[in-house]
Amino acid sequence: MTQLWDFTGGIHPAENKQQSTTRGIRTATMPERLFLPLQQHIGAPAEPVVQVGDRVLKGQKIADITNGIGVPVHAPTSGVIENIAHHPVPHPSGMEDWCITLKPDGEEQWTPTSPVSDYKSLERDQVLKLIREAGIAGMGGAGFPTNIKLRPPRDRKVQTLILNGAECEPYITADDMTMREQAEEVVGGLKIMSWILRPERCVIGIEDNKPQAIERMAKAIEGTQIELAVIPTKYPSGGEKQLIRILTGMEVPSGGIPADIGVMCQNVGTARAVSRAVFEGKPLISRVITITGDAVRDPGNYEALIGTPVNSLLDQAGFDPARASRLVSGGPMMGFTLTSTEVPVTKTSNCVIAATDQELPAPPPEQPCIRCGQCADACPMELLPQQLFWYSRAEEFEKAEHMNLFDCIECGACSYVCPSSIPLVQYYRYAKGEIRVQKAEQLKADRARERFEARQARLEREQEEKELRRKERAKAAAEAQARKKAEAEQAISSDSASDERAAKAAQVEQALARKKAKAERADAEKAPAEAPAQEAPAPAQPKPDLEALEKQVTQARTKLENMQGMLEEARTQQADNVDKLERAVAKNLDRVKRAEDALAEAQQLLANQSESQSTE
Amino acid sequence: MAFVQQSSPHAHKARPTSRVMLWVIIAALPGLLAQTLFFGWGNLINVVWCIAVALASEAIILKFRKKPISAILKDNTAAVTGLLLGLSLPQFAPWWVSLTAVVFAIVIAKQLYGGLGSNPFNPAMVGYALVLISFPVAMTTNWAEAALLWQGAPGFGETLTAIASGHQTAIDGWTMATPLDEYKHKIATHTAKEVLAHPTFGEGVARGWEWVNAGFLAGGLLLIALRIISWHIPVAFLAALGIMSLAFGSNADQVAPLSLQLLAGGTMLGAFFIATDPVSAATSHQGKLIYGAGTGILIYLIRTWGNYPDAVAFSVLLMNFAVPFIDHFTPPRTYGHHKARRGVPGKSQG
Repeated sequence: MTQLWDFTGGIHPAENKQQSTTRGIRTATMPERLFLPLQQHIGAPAEPVVQVGDRVLKGQKIADITNGIGVPVHAPTSGVIENIAHHPVPHPSGMEDWCITLKPDGEEQWTPTSPVSDYKSLERDQVLKLIREAGIAGMGGAGFPTNIKLRPPRDRKVQTLILNGAECEPYITADDMTMREQAEEVVGGLKIMSWILRPERCVIGIEDNKPQAIERMAKAIEGTQIELAVIPTKYPSGGEKQLIRILTGMEVPSGGIPADIGVMCQNVGTARAVSRAVFEGKPLISRVITITGDAVRDPGNYEALIGTPVNSLLDQAGFDPARASRLVSGGPMMGFTLTSTEVPVTKTSNCVIAATDQELPAPPPEQPCIRCGQCADACPMELLPQQLFWYSRAEEFEKAEHMNLFDCIECGACSYVCPSSIPLVQYYRYAKGEIRVQKAEQLKADRARERFEARQARLEREQEEKELRRKERAKAAAEAQARKKAEAEQAISSDSASDERAAKAAQVEQALARKKAKAERADAEKAPAEAPAQEAPAPAQPKPDLEALEKQVTQARTKLENMQGMLEEARTQQADNVDKLERAVAKNLDRVKRAEDALAEAQQLLANQSESQSTE
Repeated sequence: MAFVQQSSPHAHKARPTSRVMLWVIIAALPGLLAQTLFFGWGNLINVVWCIAVALASEAIILKFRKKPISAILKDNTAAVTGLLLGLSLPQFAPWWVSLTAVVFAIVIAKQLYGGLGSNPFNPAMVGYALVLISFPVAMTTNWAEAALLWQGAPGFGETLTAIASGHQTAIDGWTMATPLDEYKHKIATHTAKEVLAHPTFGEGVARGWEWVNAGFLAGGLLLIALRIISWHIPVAFLAALGIMSLAFGSNADQVAPLSLQLLAGGTMLGAFFIATDPVSAATSHQGKLIYGAGTGILIYLIRTWGNYPDAVAFSVLLMNFAVPFIDHFTPPRTYGHHKARRGVPGKSQG
């Protein structure tokens, strides 16, 4: 007998599983069209590798990941690619996303498959590649690509591999029925994963409300090292963290992943898909999905092709739209409501509940919290839900985070038991979202500040360098002047005998003094960087290149003004090209300055020339 | 086709606050029954009167606060406050004493703090403490003599007239000091044996009172069985009171013995019905243990060395003060963390 641990909290909601387990898994009829979302899991969306109008075979790859984390998408049947466009996808927001529309031709013509009967003769990496090429992503929830999950880093050796057959959410029976009917396949897939990971322990956890599944699985694991643990029925025992606690007594560290403590959980459906990918060479093109709820006459489980619209399945189950008040994708505790029945089945869809108003009634109005603490007793993460609620509602996000808000798994147990019917999970989602946004904004602001500071520093440095260069030039000019003066003095002293010459020398002296004064004035006028070109001393005979320079300055200035105007506008509209415009303005500012400098220099040069001409 | 759009969870199965409060009222009935059987009609009349005043004052203040009156009255919390005061006030307390206590409890202690869920102090005990301090004579001399309802207890009409007349004190011969009061004042000059010879103690521990406490104990156990209250506060409360009594009061010639501590006065009512008010009590299990134990210790301290014969109200109120402090230091350890995160953000990370 496997030793079991308990997790704190948890609830016992009405199971509602019997409705959908009266009949075996039925194969869903072929819908008129299949809608295959390019993104069915976390990570990057796949890119189509087919064109509209192409005929594809069953199992043919129709989209793949070029870079990033993800797995390919395959054609669930043979047919023609009719469209690649936006279509509603199962998402809490009711959004649309890119989907490939496939019109089945009814021939079910398979692409050649290459089954592997003796996988152990292959390299582990080859088997992982088979799993990737089969498009397998975790079929329990987030849909993390299985091949990546099955290759943990070297320092995170998996000691315990867990097959999660708990299926603790009410209503859902997809895993239960899969284990009942396809236990060998599930165990086969588990064995492959176990062979890849080489764990010390491999254990299947099933809640004790599934006796038939337990029986079949026990039979399927006979003669293997795999353990079967029958765990008490309590929601959310199938939560990864809770199941790990039940089966190992260990806890996943906050913010960490199970691999951090040498544990990995895999889903029943994923195990089946791995088995098919290896032994049959077939990609993941269908899954078991529970269609249930009081608004369908004939609830049950269907083997549905990925991409099958939910309305097609609902019709087969005898859906009565008049009675349905809400459609839930997933379970009643953690699932999300669907806005449209056109959404397709994806690799992670496990259940659709068509519920009547009596079945899942709208909760009564929210009342004040009386701090009764039932939420804390129900919380499987040992949080203080009411404290988190106070802080989330008061938008004291820092305190909420301090009280471990981000450890909340949103299982809904607290809301389920709240006597004041406070939608607690909604408050936590809101707080988490706000904190994420704030953090992203903080990061953005920090980056912008760093960028701005770097730019300021660069501008200052450039200014200093310019100043230095100017001083050097001035110094060189002064030295040249001194030299000239000395030469002139020498000339005077050598010719001092002649009065005529002395008079001439005096004239020269005067001229030199005038020139010096003028040069000084020109220098002073050049110093203020912003001094407009027009105020520069007008040269006696303006040269054409000076005009060009002036033109250049005005042009640069107009451009700068334009740019500044655009930046101002962008800022008020909070457009995202502000950074770009800021850079452009800075560049243009430099350009104007350069043009002005060049103009001023040219003017000075001209002034000097004309001065010396007039003296001679 | 428009379907309901809602965020998870979609299933709910909660006992609404109104039903929780209704269960509290039901659980208090054995105690009330015992009070009526052993002390006459006084408590029953008080309970009815206090509930009526509580509902009326809650309705009026809600009107001033522009809140939906009937929806809030239906949560039964005002009725529970009235009930608790009716159960704890002296049987012959004049009508205006109970009125003052209830109005103060509902208007000041509850609604002016923001209404249900926002009051830091137990409203019933605020009202009780107010009248205990304001009207000491009416609150100490009006305790009914233990007499079986059908054997010598004043009739319903007489009791009603006594309460409605509004006299500070009821008719002599109907009333008697409470066992805890009697013991406290006589033990300084008498031996335990002499004190216990007084008719108020009767054959058992404290005539009538033992049954009343047994009634509230039974109701309290029902509340625990229904998971309306957790065991932490009552157990810590009674254990602390018991340990204090054993440690400091083993000499019955000096202080009231353990049996009296547990079965006389408002001990069981306090432990199961008053200290467990979730709004004003501590939150986490550890916090509840500290809160309950603190209340039990304070009760013993005040009963033994304080001026008042009983001390449930003051002890509960004093511990109410400590609740934010207790909560601050007793959060549970969250899954995946080595230790609990205490204090405020940025300090003492866990």
